[in-house]
Amino acid sequence: MKILGILMASAVAAFAAGDVVLIQNADVYPINSAPIKGISLLIQDGKILDMGAKIVAPKGAMVLDVKGLRVYPGMIDSATDLGLEEIESIRESVDTGEIGDFMPQLRALSAVNPDSEHFGVVRVNGITGAVTFPSLGGRGGTGGQLISGQAALLHTDGWTWEEMEINRSVAMCLNFPSAGGRGGRGGGGGMPADMQDMLPGAVGAAGNAQRAVLDQIAKLNTFFDDARKYQKAKAAHLPGFHPDLKFDAMIPVLEGKMPLAVSAARANTIHDAIAWAEKQNVKIVILQPREIAKAGPELKAKNIPVILGRVLALPDNEDAEYDQAFTQPFEAYKAGVKFALGTFTNEFVRDLPYQAATAVAYGLPHDEALKALTINPAEIWGAGDKLGSVEKGKYADLLITDGDPMDVRTQIRHLFINGKEITLSNKQVRLYERYSGRQ
Amino acid sequence: MKKTLLAVLVTLGPLCAETIVIQNATVMTVGSKGTFKGSVVVKDGKIAEVGEKVMVPAGATVIDAGGQYLIPGIIDCHSHIAGDGGINEGSVSVSSMVNIRDIINPDDIAIYRALAGGVTTANILHGSANAIGGMTLPLKMRWGKSAQEMIFAGATPGIKFALGENPKRSGNPQGGRGTAVPVARYPATRMGVEDVIREAFNDAKGYKAEWDAYDALVARGEHPLAPRVDLKLQALKEVLENKRYVHVHCYRADEILMMIRVADDVGFKVRTFQHVLEGYKVAKEIAAHGAGASTFSDWWAYKIEAIDAIPFNATLMMKKGIVVSLNSDDAELMRHLNTEAGKAMKYGGATETEALAMVTLNPAKQLGIDKTVGSIEVGKDADLVLYDGFPLSDFAKVQKVLIDGTVYFDRDKELVAQAAKEAEKKRLIDKEKASQQRTQPVRRPNQ
Repeated sequence: MKILGILMASAVAAFAAGDVVLIQNADVYPINSAPIKGISLLIQDGKILDMGAKIVAPKGAMVLDVKGLRVYPGMIDSATDLGLEEIESIRESVDTGEIGDFMPQLRALSAVNPDSEHFGVVRVNGITGAVTFPSLGGRGGTGGQLISGQAALLHTDGWTWEEMEINRSVAMCLNFPSAGGRGGRGGGGGMPADMQDMLPGAVGAAGNAQRAVLDQIAKLNTFFDDARKYQKAKAAHLPGFHPDLKFDAMIPVLEGKMPLAVSAARANTIHDAIAWAEKQNVKIVILQPREIAKAGPELKAKNIPVILGRVLALPDNEDAEYDQAFTQPFEAYKAGVKFALGTFTNEFVRDLPYQAATAVAYGLPHDEALKALTINPAEIWGAGDKLGSVEKGKYADLLITDGDPMDVRTQIRHLFINGKEITLSNKQVRLYERYSGRQ
Repeated sequence: MKKTLLAVLVTLGPLCAETIVIQNATVMTVGSKGTFKGSVVVKDGKIAEVGEKVMVPAGATVIDAGGQYLIPGIIDCHSHIAGDGGINEGSVSVSSMVNIRDIINPDDIAIYRALAGGVTTANILHGSANAIGGMTLPLKMRWGKSAQEMIFAGATPGIKFALGENPKRSGNPQGGRGTAVPVARYPATRMGVEDVIREAFNDAKGYKAEWDAYDALVARGEHPLAPRVDLKLQALKEVLENKRYVHVHCYRADEILMMIRVADDVGFKVRTFQHVLEGYKVAKEIAAHGAGASTFSDWWAYKIEAIDAIPFNATLMMKKGIVVSLNSDDAELMRHLNTEAGKAMKYGGATETEALAMVTLNPAKQLGIDKTVGSIEVGKDADLVLYDGFPLSDFAKVQKVLIDGTVYFDRDKELVAQAAKEAEKKRLIDKEKASQQRTQPVRRPNQ
């Protein structure tokens, strides 16, 4: 009932977009600097216009006194299907995983359904930003894609996908060919990495799997070669040049303006992917690496960031440590690898802060966990100047809480996305209210 | 060989039950003593004393748990671990003749992982492919022991029923995969699911009448010919005799209400509704029937019958007077049921004790084992979990787990063992690599 009271109150107090809002008496946790107690934040046109000890409310500004509450930047989930998948088991409601091996021209953003119930569910838990992928490791569709399209960074609120957009193309998605299981969705599949190292080169099914990997890499190289030829032909304005949508989509990748988001779980695959990317001279971000202790030094040396998969996941193999997944963020931190967290589904997005808390339980410093939810993803996805911290000039994506957002006991009391106060309700809250009243 | 095996077992096996005093802990008893700072004395596998100040018995092992939290062992009311092979006998709509007891695999690593997540007891269920599924039973996570030794002694066995999408899937021609046209198996609708259950109990009642008549004659000293034993109906006869609990897999409000009315008509009680994601919509009816509800904290949207799931389900049902537990149904989720309980505080405002009860005392009540486990009370089994922080928050991790007063998981020892295991694994792999280099044939081009 207490929650309901808060929800109703906030619904009444909600501010509209375009309003000027002054948040007073806030204990601000900016992330990239030490917490500051009892200051004010001025929000205008969706941005943080000013912050400081004494800000006079401009004429007509709405004033929100949050004495005793904390202000954090909104959290970002770096790997979701948000807006593209409503009900996992119903194909008609799933728009990830298109047909075709090389589909760089596909954009996740324009298929995002802003009215997906998932957005309402995740934002009330403080997830204000998300990266939506056209395919997370080949789920849905044919599952055999190599390049599945462009991932988008978006706000979890907006009337249209255009209004939700932060960056429509933050990465080109590549499933790097590998012989083992992906070990992504909770792990468990595939052969232990150490055993794979031992596979004799040309014997039986294992040999076939390795040959298949080499074939796929050859196809990938051919595609990149062709894309480069196209890039040159286009730049040269050759007569008879005909545009090709696939190759056009590859140009930002070839120019190093857009990273490839590369799914690679095992240390060997990660190593192969890094070597391949160097040869191709492209920027990469590794998705769901699972052997960070092993892959860490190279990732650090090459300055390659990673998006860690779910912390709450099973070990990859029967003989792996029970806490293998719990300790991956700490391992990444120890190795000096830049990392953010992704839940790689829609269902667990709202639990993102709790996944981070588990990482803290297993060694990750608390501040580093908060960074992995905020400024790190912002920087990894090229939006470090726009979001990820409470700073002047950044998006007013803010959580106002009664405690640490990673603690399950904490309640979010106010939520701003793009400077607009968001009503802390959704389908689930409405059902709760309705059925609480059933006598 | 035997000797080596024995040596391994002795090294890996848990310490024998001894007298242990856990001191200076924040003890969350979920029992009559509430939450307090103090000690718990464990003797002969049972909780011998609970209090702010206790006498340390001579020869007792003392665990100083300063800054740590002690809770009752976690109980998972719905798990599918420790099964050897499949847990769905999907070929028939009524598979009450099969029993989880026959396929327990004590070496399933999921048992150890669950233990490391604070789980001391789990109800192991048949799958949900059939309207009436197989027989179930609770196990204690006594890692290292045999299947027989893991069985929770004296617990009332159960049977799994399933409603909704899963049991009707086999009847849906589009539900099958592969090239061959799948043979449709009745039922294909929720209507059919109800009918299957009614028909089965119709048969079971006839079967029971035959046996009752026989038993009556025997009681009179006569020697009649015994009726033919039917294992399928035998399990349902036990339900009618209140000797076997019915755990019903369900999602939607309509099917939950249907099940209650069928049970009313037939004359048995549903012990628990499992998953019961729309239980909040018919909480009044569930409470009136007297069934428990065992649900997920916040899973939703993975299928159409989970579309109206709300994370407030557990607390809303609790407030309407239902005994509510939170279960895992999943080897991963099973490892952090404590934080699933924490979500009951966030969604709907359960108190710390109410939330913790959802993974300890309440599932014990639902499984009818609350006289021996589920809370920290003198005389109960010493099934205890020690956390390094507030146990309903994700910031805490399990340090030690005791079952029957024996330490079965100890994180400090686990960390030492991890290093040793890694070294051993490397040694074996190196050995294998070396032997492969010796034996591998020379590869020729085009081979």
